[in-house]
Amino acid sequence: MAGLERQRQLLDFALSSLARRPMKNLASLTVYTAVVFLLSSVMLMSHAIRREAAALLAGAPELVVQRLVAGRHDLIPTDRLATIRAVRGVAAAGGRLWGYLFDPAVAANYTFLVPPDRSIAAGTAIIGSSVAAVRGVGPGDVMSFRGYDGRPVAFTVTSTIAAESALVAADLFLVSEGDFRRLFGIPADRFTDIVVTIRNPREVRTVAEKIDAALPDARIILRDEMRRTYESVFDWREGMVLVLLVGAILAFAIFSWEKASGLSADERREIGILKAVGWETADVIGVKMLEGLVMSLTAFLAGYGLAFLHVFHFGARLFEPVLKGWSVLYPEFPLAPSVDEIQMASLFFFTVFPYTLATIVPIWRAAVVDPDMVMR
Amino acid sequence: MSTLRVRPSTVLFAILAVGGVAFGTTCVEACLGPGRAAVRLARTARLAERLQLTDLCLFTEARYTRHASQADRHAAFQDHPAALEHFPSGSLMPPSGAANRASP
Amino acid sequence: MIHLSDVRKVFNQGRPNEVWALNGINLTLRQGGATVFRGPSGSGKTTLLTLVGCLARPSSGRVRLKDRDISGLPERFLTEIRRSTFGFVFQNFNLLSGLSAIQNVMIPAYPRGLPHKALRRRAMALLDMLDMGDKAEAETRWLSGGEAQRIAIARALINDPEVVIADEPTANLDSGLSAQFLAIAGRLKRDGKTLLVTSHDPFVCEAALVDRVVTLHDGRIVEAG
Ligand SMILES: Nc1ncnc2c1ncn2[C@@H]1O[C@H](COP(=O)(O)OP(=O)(O)OP(=O)(O)O)[C@@H](O)[C@H]1O
Ligand SMILES: [Mg+2]
Repeated sequence: MAGLERQRQLLDFALSSLARRPMKNLASLTVYTAVVFLLSSVMLMSHAIRREAAALLAGAPELVVQRLVAGRHDLIPTDRLATIRAVRGVAAAGGRLWGYLFDPAVAANYTFLVPPDRSIAAGTAIIGSSVAAVRGVGPGDVMSFRGYDGRPVAFTVTSTIAAESALVAADLFLVSEGDFRRLFGIPADRFTDIVVTIRNPREVRTVAEKIDAALPDARIILRDEMRRTYESVFDWREGMVLVLLVGAILAFAIFSWEKASGLSADERREIGILKAVGWETADVIGVKMLEGLVMSLTAFLAGYGLAFLHVFHFGARLFEPVLKGWSVLYPEFPLAPSVDEIQMASLFFFTVFPYTLATIVPIWRAAVVDPDMVMR
Repeated sequence: MSTLRVRPSTVLFAILAVGGVAFGTTCVEACLGPGRAAVRLARTARLAERLQLTDLCLFTEARYTRHASQADRHAAFQDHPAALEHFPSGSLMPPSGAANRASP
Repeated sequence: MIHLSDVRKVFNQGRPNEVWALNGINLTLRQGGATVFRGPSGSGKTTLLTLVGCLARPSSGRVRLKDRDISGLPERFLTEIRRSTFGFVFQNFNLLSGLSAIQNVMIPAYPRGLPHKALRRRAMALLDMLDMGDKAEAETRWLSGGEAQRIAIARALINDPEVVIADEPTANLDSGLSAQFLAIAGRLKRDGKTLLVTSHDPFVCEAALVDRVVTLHDGRIVEAG
């Protein structure tokens, strides 16, 4: 009991000490919270996006076959379908028609796609939620684009894709095959690329090698590779995030170093007084550690909590300018709250401990000061 | 009476309790999150599968950011993941999985 | 109770600015009563009190407290003895600014882990005894010299020490406040505390309550009273 009460009294003292320099400590706390907030926001957001990507792309095509001409993706002739179907292990192969259209009216890029699962009446389109939002259109409205030959091609919007699917479909513009070919001038014997279904999933690599042998100008992309692309999206390694964070972390490191190493004459005197009136060196260090712990724990809880709200309840608003880049279409997608425990633990560790340590290190030097100095 | 003053530690415990409850709430939400979103995710996944989609619609500014996994070998940002380049999103995206493969 | 034999204290030994602050002190201080140390500035009075009060260790010689040799004890034990046996009233009071008076009074007791309520009651009782009850929540920075000293005295008494050490207690006070200090000192003496005080002030040295005056000069005792 006495031990507990003693800790509590030391804690009381640590808190009153913090309260004695309210502006300085509030400033520290704010900066600290902001750093934790930024780090946790990135962490929560990237984890959530990766999770959703894994779920959403689980059913992506097993194999995509592209044609490369002089290092550029080029339209693939329909006769390659037969070649691919002839490869052992291939269950089915089909051509995809998709591409981009720049809409000068709003300076946005749309992804035009001919849906393989439904037939769309000529002259109509189904549009993604962001397309609808950026152009301010809905079912019944007409959108017209300049075709490859300068003739306008008009589409009547029949429906929009639910906003809940924005993460994959925000910029989609689903049209019929005829309209697609007429808009872009793609001849009937060409596809954008070919998707392949494999009989035995374990043979994907063998089949890919066989297709590669049969079609020397093809480039093959495996589902695994599509998934992996998004496994490392917003990874720590990725430039911009890293640059931002390194900046913040460095600033904070300098800040805490300054705070930690700048043990003022006042603080030295105080430590002397405490020791003179009967505190042990361990008590003095304990109090400083409590101060550091209170600061870092509060900053962690506040920063992390705010980040959680920010990412999962406010759609990561603050990151929008970064994520949006130069694109006009920015999907507003809900993210299911999910947390990676290990990531969170390391965040906790790397935010709480260094600070606490940084506050005690200089105290060591002061704590060995002889208490008789206060008699001078 | 001054002896009834609140101890600073009591205030801290109150603050930490609030923080702890908030933290607990985030944990609960994080646990329930995937379950609650399951229906939405399943619907979206089905849509992606039916439309044979390969990429997330995160960055629509360039073709190699809109369809990162489909980008050809010579598209931008495949040099180095940290290279700063024309489109800001390039710095947020890794090179496509296929870009790292030697063959086929 | 306290026994010093051939105690020396040197500062900056081996360097050009070497100072022998104490040069062979032999002294016995009995329990109870009030002892005043006097002597010219730099004669070693303060240094002597730091050795007696376990704030520092002698360079050579022995300090015994109740037949226990404390001159060679490690820091931890010295702290323990200091906390339980001595109460200090420093020359410039050394209160912690930014804290209230009562918090300052309670500081020496924190490491003991007493129940908070009891501790606060005791601190309040001490402040009331010193007529400082209404200033308990005042911030120490705004206290006058006499008030600050009474807070410092209350702080020295919070752990109920046997010995109260005061270094130049009247140096910063006018004669009225000095008289007040002597009155408090008289009360402490009646309560059975041992008082060890340094002072230049004849007003203190010649006060009725003083039992013994020890005069120092150049680190030696020239008159043991
Ligand atoms: N930490 C120290 N380092 C170096 N010299 C010191 C130190 N402490 C005391 N001294 C020296 O020791 C001598 C005795 O000092 P002390 O403070 O004990 O004198 P004092 O009798 O209390 O003087 P005063 O009446 O002015 O308070 C002085 O010459 C002082 O300069
Ligand atoms: Mg002195």
